[in-house]
Amino acid sequence: MAHFSKKRGKASPEVSTASLPDIIFMLLFFFMVVTVLRDGERKVKVVVPEATQLQKLEQKSLVNHIWIGKPVEKYQVTYGTKPRIQLGDKFASENEIPLFLEQHKIKVPEPQRPRITSSLKVDGDVTMGIVTDVKTILRKSGQLKINYSARPKQN
Amino acid sequence: MAKTSTRDRMKNEINAGSMADIAFLLLIFFLVTTTIDVDKGITVKLPPWSDEEPDIQQLRKRNVFSVLVNAQDQLLVRGELTDIDELRERAKEFIANPMRREDLSTNPKNAIISLKNDRGTSYKQYLGVYNELKAAYDELWDDEARKMYGVPYSDDLPIAWKKAIKVKIPMVLSEAEPTNFGEE
Repeated sequence: MAHFSKKRGKASPEVSTASLPDIIFMLLFFFMVVTVLRDGERKVKVVVPEATQLQKLEQKSLVNHIWIGKPVEKYQVTYGTKPRIQLGDKFASENEIPLFLEQHKIKVPEPQRPRITSSLKVDGDVTMGIVTDVKTILRKSGQLKINYSARPKQN
Repeated sequence: MAKTSTRDRMKNEINAGSMADIAFLLLIFFLVTTTIDVDKGITVKLPPWSDEEPDIQQLRKRNVFSVLVNAQDQLLVRGELTDIDELRERAKEFIANPMRREDLSTNPKNAIISLKNDRGTSYKQYLGVYNELKAAYDELWDDEARKMYGVPYSDDLPIAWKKAIKVKIPMVLSEAEPTNFGEE
């Protein structure tokens, strides 16, 4: 018994914490890189439909988002329950889309402009009327690359 | 001039004990604000706008696979009511035409899928139909890629290979101006 306690007293069983900041920093950098800061408030309710033939959207800076859906409850008093378009963080009409596209385009370096994609985030219950109108506007303003946002299908 | 002894340097060291705490704080902030969601969807190239209606009538009837979706989300495929689950197989059969049937496309290169919906069609159904038609082409490309190169089709294939496949089976999906019967 005495033999054991003696030995224990000599060695210090502390774990070195010197590398702890390094480990934490590594995690920190990982999360900093993968973080996408939330862009504004969502004013329309969008539940995108399910699909199977999905493609990933590369390069976030080349993507602009157009949301279409019914206004969330908070805004139904002022904006009604008909599907509306949200650009950036505010409600918009179809006529404001070309300006919105242009504002996004000038932030992108010239050589990459042909690769700009419009991501259409449309609620599954919206009828095609408003979607068709938006598509027509996109075609008229030369924004031909679009992506119908969808969830992977769960079986 | 400034000859610092080892002892001096030891004294000037900053206490790094709180570094971990600071890093933790930042870490927690980024943990909370992170949304790891990859944006996924069906990528489509729209045709450029032109004021004239494209004339689909002059095409041979056997080369056109018409899909109509009405405001009640029902499908009319080449004149008959069809369920969406059958759409993919029918489209594949039409494009490839393995039995060389008289009423299906003469060649995958000539096959055209014509999609028309109503303004009252739900977006869910529209995307479902689009998804099935895309899936038909994806599966045919996959078969072709296996036949030609022995590998499944994916976006990571060399561009020349993908081009060669798409020359053999080009995806031609024409969308007509929607009708307006059922919008509320």
